[in-house]
Amino acid sequence: MKKLSKAYMVLVLLFLYVPIFVLIVFSFNSTKSRSVFSEFTLDWYVKLFHNQLIMNSLRNTIIVAVIASVSATVLGTAAAIGINNMKKVSKGIVMNVTNLPIINPEIVMGVSLMLLFGMFTARMNLEFGFVTLIIAHITFDVPYVILSIMPKFRQMNPHIYEAAQDLGCGLVGAFFKVVLPEIMPGVVSGFLMSFTFSLDDFVVSYFTSGSTSQTLPITIYSMTRRKVSPEINALSTIIFLVVVTVLVVKNVIERRSIKKGVKA
Amino acid sequence: MKKLLILLMTLCFTLILAGGCAHIEEAEDEIEEEVEIQTLTVENPEYYTKFKDDNISINVYNWGEYISDGSEEGTLNVNDEFTALTGIKVNYSTYATNEELYAKLKGGGASYDIIIPSDYMISRMIKEDMLEPLNMDNIPNFKYIMDKFQNPEYDEGSRYSVPYTWGTVGIIYDSTLVEEENIDWDILWNEDYADRILMFDNPRDAFAIAEIMLGYSLNTEDSEELEKAAEKLKEQKKVVQAYVMDEIFDKMGAGEALIAPYYAGDAVTLMDEYEDLAFVIPESGTNLFIDALCIPKGSAHKEAAEMYINFMCEPDIAYATTDYIGYSTPNSAAYEMLDDEIKNDGISYLDDEYLETKTTTFKNLSDEANLQMQTLWTEMKSAEAQTPNKWIVPLFMGLCIAASIIILIRRYIKNKRDIF
Amino acid sequence: MKKLIAAPYLVWAAVFIVIPLIMVAYFAFFNDGHFTLDYVASVAQYSNIFVRSIWLAAIATVICLLIAYPIAFILMRMDRSYQSTMLMLVMLPMWMNFLLRTYAWMTLLGNNGIINNFLGFFGIGPFKMLNTQGAVVLGMVYNYLPFMILPLYTVMEKIDTSVLEAAQDLGCNSANTLMRVVLPLSMPGVMSGITMVFVPAISTFIISRMLGGGGNLLIGDLIEMQFLGNSYNPNLGASISLVLMVIILLIMTVMNQFDDGEDRVLM
Repeated sequence: MKKLSKAYMVLVLLFLYVPIFVLIVFSFNSTKSRSVFSEFTLDWYVKLFHNQLIMNSLRNTIIVAVIASVSATVLGTAAAIGINNMKKVSKGIVMNVTNLPIINPEIVMGVSLMLLFGMFTARMNLEFGFVTLIIAHITFDVPYVILSIMPKFRQMNPHIYEAAQDLGCGLVGAFFKVVLPEIMPGVVSGFLMSFTFSLDDFVVSYFTSGSTSQTLPITIYSMTRRKVSPEINALSTIIFLVVVTVLVVKNVIERRSIKKGVKA
Repeated sequence: MKKLLILLMTLCFTLILAGGCAHIEEAEDEIEEEVEIQTLTVENPEYYTKFKDDNISINVYNWGEYISDGSEEGTLNVNDEFTALTGIKVNYSTYATNEELYAKLKGGGASYDIIIPSDYMISRMIKEDMLEPLNMDNIPNFKYIMDKFQNPEYDEGSRYSVPYTWGTVGIIYDSTLVEEENIDWDILWNEDYADRILMFDNPRDAFAIAEIMLGYSLNTEDSEELEKAAEKLKEQKKVVQAYVMDEIFDKMGAGEALIAPYYAGDAVTLMDEYEDLAFVIPESGTNLFIDALCIPKGSAHKEAAEMYINFMCEPDIAYATTDYIGYSTPNSAAYEMLDDEIKNDGISYLDDEYLETKTTTFKNLSDEANLQMQTLWTEMKSAEAQTPNKWIVPLFMGLCIAASIIILIRRYIKNKRDIF
Repeated sequence: MKKLIAAPYLVWAAVFIVIPLIMVAYFAFFNDGHFTLDYVASVAQYSNIFVRSIWLAAIATVICLLIAYPIAFILMRMDRSYQSTMLMLVMLPMWMNFLLRTYAWMTLLGNNGIINNFLGFFGIGPFKMLNTQGAVVLGMVYNYLPFMILPLYTVMEKIDTSVLEAAQDLGCNSANTLMRVVLPLSMPGVMSGITMVFVPAISTFIISRMLGGGGNLLIGDLIEMQFLGNSYNPNLGASISLVLMVIILLIMTVMNQFDDGEDRVLM
């Protein structure tokens, strides 16, 4: 049984990782071919940093993701606190609206925002660009922030807040000293989630970006419609390694703290 | 854990090595030629200094693989040269078909300063008031454009457009595996090559091929003829591997497909890289297209855009363009600079007689014909090769509803039991 | 007082979530300010695309469930210390750009692709794999499998191991435990997994374009074509989007019937 389940696990992981290994291996290929490996080279890594298009879109992606996820976290945290204090009926309505962007297919969301922005831009002589892109990203990020914070309120003892006020904290002071630390894990995971969603989003960006605000996924898409340059493989290898390192470090730290906790 | 990783790695590498051992001749035989380094001289450098210190940028929206980007050694990076000369930055992005360009402009919001539509799309855009008239005083280099391109049918008097490139459509094929002689359009329907044929992924070019075969005009607006052409394309569907545009570079290059209709210029590029590929322009006639530089309505920097157009007509730049992308140039000075070998290759520059008698230029169709073509195209592409059972969806939905009812009843019974 | 702090979000949600959806409905029913049913009616023309999309997405969802359930079960029974590492391994691929991962499948599945070359080594093949419906389903399963594993795991992880022990003590063998204890308890996870796979799968346009060869249109392709593709017609596109939303809503309602009203598990 044990062996069987192990074998199964390996098979599924193989399925998940084969394409990624292909990408990584071919970032070292000296020709542009994607199915035949000729010689080992690091050229693509050098060229990557001189490719303006890729570097620009990487920069755009990071700018959009940072602005969108920070604003979404602030907006979402405030919203979660407010929603938590609502009456049952209005709470239900708001939560249903919040769920919409999650349940709705991405393409419908992209299209609907495109129609909205199209209306504004036509009337006011504006254009699609960073502003529309960031608005769209915030819109699909906020629900995840709210949903990751809401459960924390349920775990929180509602009387703590009142106790803090009784003990002389102001409204704001009570919030920062008592409520915020309680919901902090939710805020952090909401932020991380929206950051990764923003980094990786293609569909919504595809419909809402303009001529000057191409993000990396859009650039990659237009590349897949022509010739994909191995520089992109090189970039994804780097990103992959960064992610792996971050996760491994995080895991090691967590294990250490668990061990310490056990000793203490 | 480690074991798992090692296992994954080894398996992967075996796969890849197996790939490596297999055939496929790459463009490995590097030609030991001396790389000519192209340089740029412009006739009137002062003209380009007007916006030097204004720090403006223009948005250029071009076809994929349609500009010299300096990726080959010794070639010019046109956009970089433009920025160096004028101080104007270039935001460059690409599209794959005329229709995509049209949709992007219509959808509103995206503002571009330079676009490069083809003939029929230009007249459609002129008709729908989507283009800015050009101020030819700002484009002195228009003088280099050959006489025959100076007053095109799609834009009489060249008020809105300056020709960028032109070319014809033909068939690219792998000459080692396709043995037919006298290749004509019907090879795209040949079942011997089933699943090894690629086809245009845009309605206008695809319909044109069917129309040639059926003996119709390429600009037919007759609804019956359009339907017959769509029928013809539907017939072809079972032998078509994929509907693609510029993906053709990848698929033909990797030997995934053997036969594909495409633009002559790209065929030249492909043949340079892969020796086995050959190109033929069918005897039964084909489409002649002209792509031209235009400025869409709403451009924020019209004069800078005109400067860009003028720059593209500089002999050195026009030469760099045609040399890199392989399409034929309408620029007389650039044409003079070409090797005789290219002028006479029978691909890029055809003899006037063939051009006169066998080629047709697309005209803009009426709105009804356009709409009908779009609808037929979608219908053709969505037509099922293997028809699934029509009852699947109702059945599926019925099952869902039935299941939900059962669950509801069970829950109801359970709740009742819980009460007691 | 404290409610007010949600006001900015409420405005935001009204402007950027609710109004855009109303705009979709508006475009579906109005052309230049005139009410018309033409566009919605003409969606019926594309019913075979709807059939195909629902069918392929359903197959992909079922395969995902079949693959993911044992994985989640194995994860649940693993040592705690391994669990997080294994979970990380499952989630890691999602951090690679999904366009690139899908593109890599093109390399793998092609006629001259890595798999066919590998099989050719043993004198088998080549098989036609790319540009088929099977390839589209594979792409869906590949891209959305983690979306199935995660909610399943989250639910199973909460199942008290003592419940399992109790079941075994009461004479259940492991198959029986799975069927009678784990399965019912994990139902909410199954449901949210199904929606999290089915919804993106039915509306994708990248996977069908890259792996389906353009001849296997899905609803997503159809919508994209009307807005940014080869046949510009936003009214028709809006109608198709509307119909898609209705279909999904219907399926979700049906799915919710299975749910015990517990909170859904999201990511």
